[in-house]
Amino acid sequence: MAILLLADHDNAHLSDQTAKALTAATKIGSDVHILVAGAGARAAAEQAAKLAGASKVLVAEDASLENNLAEPLAALIVSLAGSYDTIVAAATSVGKNVLPRVAALLDVAQVSEIVEVVAPDTFKRPIYAGNAIQTVQSTDAKKVITVRTASFAAASEGGSAAIETVAAAADPGLSTHVGDALSSSDRPELTSAKIIISGGRALGSAEKFKEVILPVADKLGAAVGASRAAVDAGYAPNDWQVGQTGKVVAPQLYIACGISGAIQHLAGMKDSKVIVAINKDEEAPIFQVADYGLVADLFEALPELEKAL
Amino acid sequence: MKILVPVKRVVDYNVKIRVKADGSGVELANVKMSMNPFDEISVEEALRLKEAGKAAEVVVVSIGPAKAEETLRTALAMGADRAVLIETDDAVEPLAVAKILKGVAEAEQPGLIIVGKQAIDDDSNQTGQMLSALLGWAQGTFASKIELGDGSAKVTREVDGGLQTIEIKLPAVVTTDLRLNEPRYASLPNIMKAKKKPLDKKTPGDFGVDTAPRLKVLKTEEPSGRKAGVKVKSVAELVEKLKSEAGVL
Ligand SMILES: Cc1cc2nc3c(=O)[nH]c(=O)nc-3n(C[C@H](O)[C@H](O)[C@H](O)COP(=O)(O)OP(=O)(O)OC[C@H]3O[C@@H](n4cnc5c(N)ncnc54)[C@H](O)[C@@H]3O)c2cc1C
Ligand SMILES: Nc1ncnc2c1ncn2[C@@H]1O[C@H](COP(=O)(O)O)[C@@H](O)[C@H]1O
Repeated sequence: MAILLLADHDNAHLSDQTAKALTAATKIGSDVHILVAGAGARAAAEQAAKLAGASKVLVAEDASLENNLAEPLAALIVSLAGSYDTIVAAATSVGKNVLPRVAALLDVAQVSEIVEVVAPDTFKRPIYAGNAIQTVQSTDAKKVITVRTASFAAASEGGSAAIETVAAAADPGLSTHVGDALSSSDRPELTSAKIIISGGRALGSAEKFKEVILPVADKLGAAVGASRAAVDAGYAPNDWQVGQTGKVVAPQLYIACGISGAIQHLAGMKDSKVIVAINKDEEAPIFQVADYGLVADLFEALPELEKAL
Repeated sequence: MKILVPVKRVVDYNVKIRVKADGSGVELANVKMSMNPFDEISVEEALRLKEAGKAAEVVVVSIGPAKAEETLRTALAMGADRAVLIETDDAVEPLAVAKILKGVAEAEQPGLIIVGKQAIDDDSNQTGQMLSALLGWAQGTFASKIELGDGSAKVTREVDGGLQTIEIKLPAVVTTDLRLNEPRYASLPNIMKAKKKPLDKKTPGDFGVDTAPRLKVLKTEEPSGRKAGVKVKSVAELVEKLKSEAGVL
């Protein structure tokens, strides 16, 4: 039977997390349908139809689906579930919010954040902040899976799947959208960037974070990340947090500045291709995973780096 | 209104996990155990709502081995009123945890259930959403702010692009993110007092829930390791190596 992949999008744009989750989905089976649920989401659906490997795109449009509220979105997925034996979503804040609700309504276990497809019913997933990898086999008739996108390459473009309209399910009417405070920026997104520069507690203030990290990010065309300590202290917004409970990233180059390297932070970045650490403490644990370590005061090293680039 | 807070006993977040050589799991013998950090945040939030006069009682519940009583006592020492231990030595998956919690919720009739966003052992991030689905309630996940109103709550959620605020009907399930609050420590007198607070014991069977796992764990292994590389002496050397050796600039 076919696989249903929930698209991650903001109606106008399909996020490239969907293309990565599609790669995982096609390793499970060949007939993958992408569900675009939203309001005025035609543009996102058209982008989904171009992904190579998708055999069909389903679009459900309704005011109740505009903001990814869990209850109407789960109701929609459950209404379609009869035709699918596997339901997949990228482990984004939308996927993580709605898929367990779907799984419970279908009375099946969810396999969270898979990093490898071993067989259509068997997957690898990290536990304990990535300090162990479990291989699990689902015994449920229907599988509900979220995908850790950092572990899969994005599916390419060049497809031309047909777009079909499906009806929204009745809105359970349990929640309403009040507003968003989304950080807008011209920089690449953390989860798709080739280069990431991250700052930690050492930055000391939001002003210093901006003054020291951002110019280097601009020179490199890099996304900006942060440790939990930096986010908690208000030096950086919450959606910049990298780690066990933030975003999991695997760029070509990750530059950690003034970050000690707690396991919860490493959980989010240790699969990066090349890791650079700049820290004034030569004993900092971050150096144990860094390909290139520079023992230095970041307030001197980073302006120098910016000039050298 | 009554608030129900599920708390899980997990390996302390500071412990360096060791995978057993035979691939059967991680080493849990003689390892320091603590309350899941997100659940401490949930308990704290429930207590603050009670202190603000918005809740009458805070009931904590844990599903786990007899030793999970310690975790419940910690929550009682923080200030929770009452505890329920659902005792089992099996590893219970989120779906079965959610089913048991549904049973507890039906017995206790809370107006709000505050669940941790994820347990730091299985990293599932499922239980709150599943519980909410099984109860047919609204969910407000990954909360960094909760404002209780009359029959509804405003929840600010940490999402990939920043923050989203939603309004949910009560009763509801909210899951807590790291920045919701800073949990308090239990004082010594309160730890003593907690020993006398009521703690009910039950089993999964009392709620008619089958805890047989749906996921078969075939193997647990170490992640592919990463070795420390080299130290560079200067920014110039770093840039040179990133260009010529690593080829990433
Ligand atoms: C349940 C849970 C979940 C968590 N999830 C996450 C998560 O997702 N992501 C995350 O990052 N953390 C997470 N944490 C927190 C984590 O344990 C650490 O507390 C956090 O990562 C530390 O941040 P830091 O490295 O910026 O700060 P610190 O550990 O304080 O390190 C600061 C570093 O900066 C260096 N330094 C200071 N001054 C300078 C200077 N002038 N130049 C150069 N270096 C300097 C110091 O030597 C030190 O190594 C979590 C914790 C818990 C309990
Ligand atoms: N055995 C358990 N006992 C009590 N609460 C639990 C248990 N397992 C999970 N939970 C709750 O569900 C949250 C999320 O867990 P999980 O879905 O396993 O990541 C935890 O933070 C707890 O609040």
